[in-house]
Amino acid sequence: MELDPVMLARLQFAFTIIFHIIFPSFTIGLSAYIATLGAMWLRTGTERYHLLMRFWTKIFAVSFAMGVVSGIVLSYQFGTNWSRFSVVVGNVIGPLIGYEVLTAFFLEATFLGILLFGFNRVPDWLYVLSAAIVAVGTAISAFWILSANSWMQTPAGHEIRNGVAYPVDWIAVVFNPSFPYRFAHMLNAAYLTTGFVVLAVGARYLVAGTHVEQGRTMVRMAIGLMAVLAPLQLVIGDQHGLNTLEHQPIKVAAMEAHWDGSKPGDFHIFAWPDEKAETNRFAISIPRGSSLILTHKVDGLFPGLKSVPPQDRPPVVTVFFAFRIMLGIGFFMIAAALFGAFLWWRGRLDDTRWYLRIVSQTWWTGFVAVIAGWVVTESGRQPWIAQGILRTADATSPVPGATIAGTLALFVVTYGIIFSMGIYYINRLINRGPQGSAVSDDSGTANNPLSAAQHATRDAIGTR
Amino acid sequence: MAAGLGMEWYLPVIWAALIGTAVSLYVILDGFDLGIGILFPFARDDRERDQMMATVKPFWDGNETWLVLGGGGLFVAFPHAYAVIMPALYLPVIVMLLGLIFRGVAFEFRSVTDNKGKWNLAFTAGSVIAAFSQGVILGGMIQGITIENGAYAGGSFDWATPFAALCGLALVSGYGLLGATWLTMKADGPVGRRGRSQAKLLLLAVLVFMGIVSLWTPLMSERIFARWFSLPNFYYLWPVPAVTGLVALALWRWLETGREILPFFASIVLFLLGYLGIVISNFPYLVPPSLTVWDAAAVPASQIFMLIGTLVLLPVILGYTAMIYWLFRGKVAEGEGYH
Repeated sequence: MELDPVMLARLQFAFTIIFHIIFPSFTIGLSAYIATLGAMWLRTGTERYHLLMRFWTKIFAVSFAMGVVSGIVLSYQFGTNWSRFSVVVGNVIGPLIGYEVLTAFFLEATFLGILLFGFNRVPDWLYVLSAAIVAVGTAISAFWILSANSWMQTPAGHEIRNGVAYPVDWIAVVFNPSFPYRFAHMLNAAYLTTGFVVLAVGARYLVAGTHVEQGRTMVRMAIGLMAVLAPLQLVIGDQHGLNTLEHQPIKVAAMEAHWDGSKPGDFHIFAWPDEKAETNRFAISIPRGSSLILTHKVDGLFPGLKSVPPQDRPPVVTVFFAFRIMLGIGFFMIAAALFGAFLWWRGRLDDTRWYLRIVSQTWWTGFVAVIAGWVVTESGRQPWIAQGILRTADATSPVPGATIAGTLALFVVTYGIIFSMGIYYINRLINRGPQGSAVSDDSGTANNPLSAAQHATRDAIGTR
Repeated sequence: MAAGLGMEWYLPVIWAALIGTAVSLYVILDGFDLGIGILFPFARDDRERDQMMATVKPFWDGNETWLVLGGGGLFVAFPHAYAVIMPALYLPVIVMLLGLIFRGVAFEFRSVTDNKGKWNLAFTAGSVIAAFSQGVILGGMIQGITIENGAYAGGSFDWATPFAALCGLALVSGYGLLGATWLTMKADGPVGRRGRSQAKLLLLAVLVFMGIVSLWTPLMSERIFARWFSLPNFYYLWPVPAVTGLVALALWRWLETGREILPFFASIVLFLLGYLGIVISNFPYLVPPSLTVWDAAAVPASQIFMLIGTLVLLPVILGYTAMIYWLFRGKVAEGEGYH
């Protein structure tokens, strides 16, 4: 049997990028949280904030390292697996990636060095400022990479000559139609993801009765932020959806499993889209729900999947279910955040144990929602790799299937090891808790990530 | 520009110089921290390994970012070269990335684990594999890549030649030399002293490998032979090997006389000279023997857009990179470094 190089290249990219996105989703938000804790420490002089800052910085260091190494892989895959893509859209997308490296990567890497190892070498304000610069760096990085991705979804500011895209207007390229929505949606998602991790860790401490004071601070900070951001995400997501309807209507049709555009669309709470018969089975639906959401009219019409031939449709089942997973988690997050805020207002947050128990287990929700959301938008763009410009099947490198299969296996093994060990170590750091790290830290310089022994980090770097 | 050489001529040359700078910065900076990994097994115990690692910990992430800039720069400025080189050197590139993954996470994982042994191994193996793969990539490019209709037209293993393997070994010993002289400069006590004696051995190895590669390359390619040995080129180019010899001699002397900082910088100069030799052999080819920098270039609009940002941002990046090296200056003593 011939191994299909296109399918294998897609699998390899899907695997490596899904693995990678886990870490930025966490570190974008976590660096902002660390910087916030630092600012509160500087303002109030409360040692608790400093302790929490150091605690999360250790966890950040492990996550960031995994994000860095898995990110380097992606920057090379454009060439190794998608060389036709590089040739056709490289003139336009290349500089966006280049600006990401120049404006974000060096900034993050350098100031992370100060954040992790510089506590006793620089003044406190510069130490905290470094945390803020790392946070800004991660957001800048998100800006450029989402601009590049959005351009693949809604290309603008270019012209096509002989099948190759050439830039015409850089502002239009960078701020292409879907970019503002996607950027806001993803950045907010990253903050929500981190918020739910912080909430879970704080709740875990409260349930266990350990590190109670830090746990209370974490739970309150997380709920305060989530009560605003979770509902906000619904609004941003709605706007993003309307933007997608305007520019990529077939993606929306797949998200809603809407086949016939001549009739108003129902919102299917559950269904099994049958791509052969071009209809849905076992549908449980809210009549005209989709029309209401997308057109704000009960009898509003929007394009159906049947308006394009089957080879121009995305994989409906994947897009449909991934969208529902994201949506379901989104509503859970809103409920959890608002209910937590309600408990806080009533003064019952610390002793409503069933609530704390639930949220202490839901640290993973943001990650799954982010991955599901990316599956919606990337699978929903198929069969195109750059909408209307280049099909995925025409974008691969001249590399045989067996070679791709072999390296895919290597990636699976490597990432399997790295990921399971990383999770294990992070879990151990959380179990040890913020207090634990301070007790074992005799020199007060626990700015070195993950240090089991926590001895004089400053000396480790080289003062005498 | 009606007559002379226009933007289409200058821009690719400027970009080739910029990417060349990024790659040489990568080779020097990540070279010494990969070198630490290569020398890791020769440490006496984990206390010494902690000390070795502590000398590079604040820098390694920034160092590795130059690799992203090198690869990213190639994608931005020369998408056609990028689209040929990556598929041609698919396996060594991916193996290099896997090596970098293992050694990268080892920095963090090693300091939380109870079992340092396995992350010591990951750090060493990852560093050696990454260094060797980079040498193979270099060798694979020098020996030439088969192109038809602007795309790679060879097999998955075309790069696998004795010459590429030799380049791999050359780079492992070269990075080892950078690592050893770095330790001479940055590590106190036995680790620093061991670095000094390792540096001597590694210098000899580097000189042998450099010699073989320098003789083999012109014999392999008439084009490169003509570049070096035709007249009047030879009159201008003979100082390159001569200066290389003098620098090697000085490096040896400084190692003998107990200098601490100069050997590291002499190793860097040695690297740059080797690099210069490769550039002289191959310019203006980006993908020998068929794609020149002009063939492979992105359109001027893309190169200019990126150039503006680069000219503004690169000095800033170099500025804060220098700052962090200054901040973490001085030596690391044994015992200070165990995390």
